[in-house]
Amino acid sequence: MMDRASVDRASVVDVARPAIWRRTLSRSLRGNLHGGEYAWAVAFVVPYIVVFLAFVAYPVVYGLWMGSEASLYRELFADPIYQSTVVNTVLYLALGVNVKMFLALLLSGFFMRPGWWMKLLLLIFVLPWAVPQISTYISIHWMLNGEWGFLNNVLYTLFHVEGPSWLNDRWMALGAVIVAHIWKWTPFWTLIMLAGRMAIPLEIRDTARVDGATGLRGFVHITFPLLANLYLICTLLSTIFLLGDFNAVNFVSGGGPANSTHVLATLGIRNAFEIAHPRLGVAAVMSALPLVIPLVIVLMRKLRTTEVQL
Amino acid sequence: MSTIAADARVSARASSRAHSTVRRRRYLNNAGTLVLSVVLVVWTLAPIYNMVLISLEPEGDVFTDHIWPRVPSVESFWGVLTQGHWYLEHFWRQFANSLYIGAMVTFFALLFGSLTSFAIGRMRIRHGWLVSNAALLTYVIPASFLAIPFYRIMQNYGLANNPWSVIAALVAFATPYAIFVFQEYARSIPIEVDESARIDGASPLQVYLRIYLPLMAPALVAVGTYALLLAWNEYLYQFLLLSSKSSMTVPVALAQFLSSDQSPWNYMMATAIIYALPPVAIYYAFRRRMTAGLTMGGVKG
Repeated sequence: MMDRASVDRASVVDVARPAIWRRTLSRSLRGNLHGGEYAWAVAFVVPYIVVFLAFVAYPVVYGLWMGSEASLYRELFADPIYQSTVVNTVLYLALGVNVKMFLALLLSGFFMRPGWWMKLLLLIFVLPWAVPQISTYISIHWMLNGEWGFLNNVLYTLFHVEGPSWLNDRWMALGAVIVAHIWKWTPFWTLIMLAGRMAIPLEIRDTARVDGATGLRGFVHITFPLLANLYLICTLLSTIFLLGDFNAVNFVSGGGPANSTHVLATLGIRNAFEIAHPRLGVAAVMSALPLVIPLVIVLMRKLRTTEVQL
Repeated sequence: MSTIAADARVSARASSRAHSTVRRRRYLNNAGTLVLSVVLVVWTLAPIYNMVLISLEPEGDVFTDHIWPRVPSVESFWGVLTQGHWYLEHFWRQFANSLYIGAMVTFFALLFGSLTSFAIGRMRIRHGWLVSNAALLTYVIPASFLAIPFYRIMQNYGLANNPWSVIAALVAFATPYAIFVFQEYARSIPIEVDESARIDGASPLQVYLRIYLPLMAPALVAVGTYALLLAWNEYLYQFLLLSSKSSMTVPVALAQFLSSDQSPWNYMMATAIIYALPPVAIYYAFRRRMTAGLTMGGVKG
């Protein structure tokens, strides 16, 4: 707005002096940078802009084009595998995100305790996050094997109980995926929450304690209100990351038994590459847009205004 | 006199009672901490213990029912390191591929991220907010949702089985985080530092190289670690874009073991452990910086 106003004013006042007018216009385009500087600044941002256009914007547009036929969605919605996939995705999101974030919130309070033991415990506790996803998920997959898996071996050795084939039942397999996700990602979000708790000024905590707000009361009236914004952002971000999570389902249950535990991200890849119908794969992913778009809008607003106020 | 003595007695008894409740509460507190700690350690280490357990089994002994290694053997680790199993004939090649992709993604994410943040944050280029928003948008789009069109585009470009297709994708998804963290971190460096260098006749490139980059070193370490771990953790794009035995990376090779439940699981777990060692070492070496970076630039899994 400012720029246009200054250009307008310039054009009214300085009609007779085109040289100055031109300088003002170019100035409004370049901001407060001078010729050489402006060229440098442009040269500095161009590499990222090229990467964004070629590898983000172009695939987005290409994907929208691939999934733009209405008939694709008729085919998709009629597919019973897709219907169970939607149920799985909703369950995975609802349980995976909320249980994990709630655990992270509580555990971050636990890790606030002083002492060397807590520091050591935290070092062990972050291990699931530090170990690559593929390594841990295939380990969990094999742990849950009905015949030779570690879990059933433990059950048999300790309690003489014959465990079930965990991954041969839809609900147990989906539960396994959700638990694996919680196992893998709780440490990460606990670290974030811990940083948020550390950022609460000591005076606030001390004053609250003097006023008798300790334990649950302190948590409800002091800690949680101060962490609420962080908790909300983390929940939204985690929702979107989980929606795009391919690895947990792919490696823990593999979408099985009989394609009953797919989520949208894995179903899209399966449609595109296993049954070689890429457009149907894109359609499966695109059917998440009614959820993705509002999330993205809210998140972009939130992240822009509260970038560091963790 | 007597009332004072009585008062003193009462208060002494009260304080000793208070002491015992405090002691009891502390005891319960410690017991609770201990129980929770044990639960957390067991919960955290179970899948990792399972990995180690199976990797220490001699071949053919994987399909047993014991829960500790009966005859621990490093045969499978040796097998991986010497490429001694047909699943693993290209292990070192694949490991080198993973390293190469990780190094390139780290380099380009740092380069593009620092250049962009310098132009937006320090030189205050007009319309810089548009670039920031593009980065923010990328940050909140699930990468796996773009995999199918990305694959098609790379096919059209003839970049199938080329590591640069994976590098391009991962740089595109890692750079936005770099831009945020750098912009946030740069706010702690007074702009006067740049201005005085400019008055002394330094060009923007010189300011970037001699002043901006050295002062940003902590943020560069945090983001570099992040980008490296992102590339190391990524599977989907590598699986789709790299399918030949010599171009694939370790995660893709690992997933190939899963094609049958009769796979040599001890070799698979040994590979998984060897693959996990570099990121774990890097994480523990740089964890303070990384945690600071995570809280600086919002958050990213």
